[in-house]
Amino acid sequence: MENIRNFCIIAHIDHGKSTLADRLLEITKTVSDRDLQAQTLDDMDLERERGITIKSHAIQMDYVSRGTKWVFNLIDTPGHVDFSYEVSRSIAACEGALLLVDATQGIQAQTISNLYLAIDNDLEIIPVVNKIDMDGAMVEEVKDQIVELIGCKHEDILEASGKTGKGVQELLEAIIDRVPAPKGDPNAPLQALIFDSVFNSFRGVIAYVKIINGTLKKSDKIKFVNTGKEYAADEVGILRMKPEQRDAISAGNVGYIITGIKVSKEIKVGDTVTLTNNPCATAIQGFEDVKPMVFAGIYPVDTEDYEDLRDSLEKLQLNDASLVWEPETSLALGFGFRCGFLGLLHLEIVQERLDREFDMSVITTVPNVSYYAYLKDKTKIVINNPSELPEPNYLDYVEEPFIKAQIISKPDYIGSIMKLCMDKRGILKNQVYLTPTKIELTFEMPLAEIVFDFYDILKSISKGYASFDYHMIDFRESDLIKLDIKLNNENVDALSALIHRSKAYDFGRRLCEKLKELIPRQQFMIAIQAAIGQKVIARETISAMRKDVTAKCYGGDISRKRKLLEKQKKGKKKMRQIGKVEVPQQAFLAVLKLND
Amino acid sequence: MDDLVQAICTEIKLRRNYLNTSQLTSIYFGGGTPSLLSENALMRIFDEISKHFSWGNDIEITLEANPDDINQQYIRWLKKTPVNRFSLGIQSFFEEDLQYMHRAHDAKQALQCLPMLQDAGFEKLSADLIYGTPTLSTIHLKKNLDVLLRHQVAHISAYALTVEPRTPLQKQIDRKEKVAPSDQLVEEQFKFLMDFLGGQNYIHYEISNFATEGNMAVHNSNYWKNVPYLGVGPAAHSFDVQTRSWNVANNLQYIQSMEQGVLVNEIEQIDTLTAYNEYIMTGLRTMWGVEEATILARFGETFLSFFIGQISQMNQQFFKKERGHWKLSQEGKLFCDAISADLFWTE
Repeated sequence: MENIRNFCIIAHIDHGKSTLADRLLEITKTVSDRDLQAQTLDDMDLERERGITIKSHAIQMDYVSRGTKWVFNLIDTPGHVDFSYEVSRSIAACEGALLLVDATQGIQAQTISNLYLAIDNDLEIIPVVNKIDMDGAMVEEVKDQIVELIGCKHEDILEASGKTGKGVQELLEAIIDRVPAPKGDPNAPLQALIFDSVFNSFRGVIAYVKIINGTLKKSDKIKFVNTGKEYAADEVGILRMKPEQRDAISAGNVGYIITGIKVSKEIKVGDTVTLTNNPCATAIQGFEDVKPMVFAGIYPVDTEDYEDLRDSLEKLQLNDASLVWEPETSLALGFGFRCGFLGLLHLEIVQERLDREFDMSVITTVPNVSYYAYLKDKTKIVINNPSELPEPNYLDYVEEPFIKAQIISKPDYIGSIMKLCMDKRGILKNQVYLTPTKIELTFEMPLAEIVFDFYDILKSISKGYASFDYHMIDFRESDLIKLDIKLNNENVDALSALIHRSKAYDFGRRLCEKLKELIPRQQFMIAIQAAIGQKVIARETISAMRKDVTAKCYGGDISRKRKLLEKQKKGKKKMRQIGKVEVPQQAFLAVLKLND
Repeated sequence: MDDLVQAICTEIKLRRNYLNTSQLTSIYFGGGTPSLLSENALMRIFDEISKHFSWGNDIEITLEANPDDINQQYIRWLKKTPVNRFSLGIQSFFEEDLQYMHRAHDAKQALQCLPMLQDAGFEKLSADLIYGTPTLSTIHLKKNLDVLLRHQVAHISAYALTVEPRTPLQKQIDRKEKVAPSDQLVEEQFKFLMDFLGGQNYIHYEISNFATEGNMAVHNSNYWKNVPYLGVGPAAHSFDVQTRSWNVANNLQYIQSMEQGVLVNEIEQIDTLTAYNEYIMTGLRTMWGVEEATILARFGETFLSFFIGQISQMNQQFFKKERGHWKLSQEGKLFCDAISADLFWTE
């Protein structure tokens, strides 16, 4: 156990984490050059394309140095705020962390919040300035930032280039010296932390675990402490480039368990694995049942594809335990599903996977957060869909989720960022200069306000320099109202939104204007109204199309004209009929495009 | 020009068997400026046609011309050719409309060309008018029609002004130098045309075409009736029921291809679905409409039930149904394109 080193890499997106990981695998000969595909650890197409790691992985490397074989477990962490709980569990499985900072960019908000997580978990931090070979590398400046941030010594900071491999050998040596060996008792009752799981279509769900105490042997009867479910460990092993079976894995090590579980929901990240007949006294701390925070309706474009959509979602859920859904009916869109996501990125990923892996065209409705409604009879209900909001005569009050948002930026943009956050009902809690050129702002804000366009605006007002991270804090009472959209007096349920009263008028007006742009003219006049209850607060009119006939249709015109009308028909097929009005799909997402 | 005429003659010879018949019912010189053809050139083309094809006395031979092309000399030599019908790009008899549309001719030329042709013995005349022009009031439109009626022009093609992309007119509208045509005016004037010409015993036989009894265009009507046609020259379209093809548009490339005796064209297969959509599109534009029995005969049971299923869900005020023929009502004619698209079958 004294030769085991468990560590993770904390880095902002694009700071070179995956490239550095590739270099480590190469130098330790875990992977041959030939097999080395750029970004080895990201194995979904989508991840490689977006350059982000969606699901965390772990990999074991053997490193021979000083006449001894060392076992390194690199635990990879997802790089986006939506997956912060998974990050926290991956961190909890480690004793050390490489703090990787891009020499051309300096420290970003997300790095900081993950760094705090690592410090809270008593991880040994090894700061590394990466991309030192790049033009515009500000090695010394970035080192100063790091020193101020974690209070280390200047000379403790390593320099590396994942691209050229420079400094990577020194990094491996530093891991031996500075990351403590895991502490644990191989003879104690089994206590293993599930820090991730993956779905394999042949083997079912594979749980990735760190053995804190005890030993896990093949065929052991095991129990998941928080779910209370029992299984047999059909196979245990370690994680190399491919899983390798072992008879047992012991305290301090990282590995996998296959139990024949078919649905990823049964395995909860953060849960504790122990033995049925010799259980541990306590569960590992920090387990949370992660709840989806953002909800949206997903409907098939073609209503006949409802069953196919259900099948696709079921298959997606097999390897995406954080995706939840239940059937829902919309007057406007027919039969579909209300889906819950960890955040907006997660929503986008699900949409894209539906399209790519299952060839499903879907309409996604306006996303909303989850609210608590308290009724006059003191009952509390969860609102995941604006249509679920009780009538005012039953409703006492509504609470909405609040987050703590950390934004790091150059001081030049502080004014615009403050204005943006205040506009989004944010409350400034703290502002700290991390360095003379980096300021950290902390806000408490309603989650609903960042769901739509917050991040995009933040990026544009800061010319891409601001980075952003958030955590849920609590639910707070809020003056929320339901805003309805009517087309020719018919309510379009899919466009209803729950919104703070102070924003309703402006929002309603802009939404009506946007819909006017997005809905094509038809053979009759269309009235678009935004209403709170019976009260209309905004109105736009789309005038009737007076004629639709092209002048000539002779020998040379027929093919071109037919193709044009065929295209029109295909476009129309994708529209939804609300009353008599044909509504294009983009209109259902109008609310996301209010700033375009 | 000589090279082009030579190439056209070569193509006529090369494709003499395209139509599967040597009997012609119509010839049309159009698409561009056929009036540029000299007397000689026109005669050469006729010679070539007559080497491979034959026709009866009732053949319709149309030449497209603009008012500024028509003068006594031109008319004199045209009399020597078999041309027996003119399609005249008159557009309007008002200067301001012609200027708005960037026309080369003026109102005076527009007025003079009709009596000149008629005095020379050309009886079959068709006039193009454009309506919906922002400069054209409905009263002026009526005056335009009055002139045509006074000269007993038996065939009128009336086109709503459409602003084509990348034209000088489009640019002027973008720069706000000119007013864009309004839907409302187009609607008003289209309805006026239908009412007024209907009252003068013109038959509205196609969405843009009106004619008195016996004077409908033979050539153009065939485009809407699935009749094969052979088009020669750059960019010309041909149709043999199974395929539609169009020649290379560039004059030089066309001439070179004909010098080598190889036709450069693009060919589109007209499969059942395409043919069905074209039948709907062209049929609805005409007074003959779309006939259920024809759908059954040409496309089969599946298409007929699809058609009935689709049309029964639509606004019935757009249609008149007469003995199995579905025709557009006056209201329906305003939305001809959208209605056709709705009835299309797309995968």
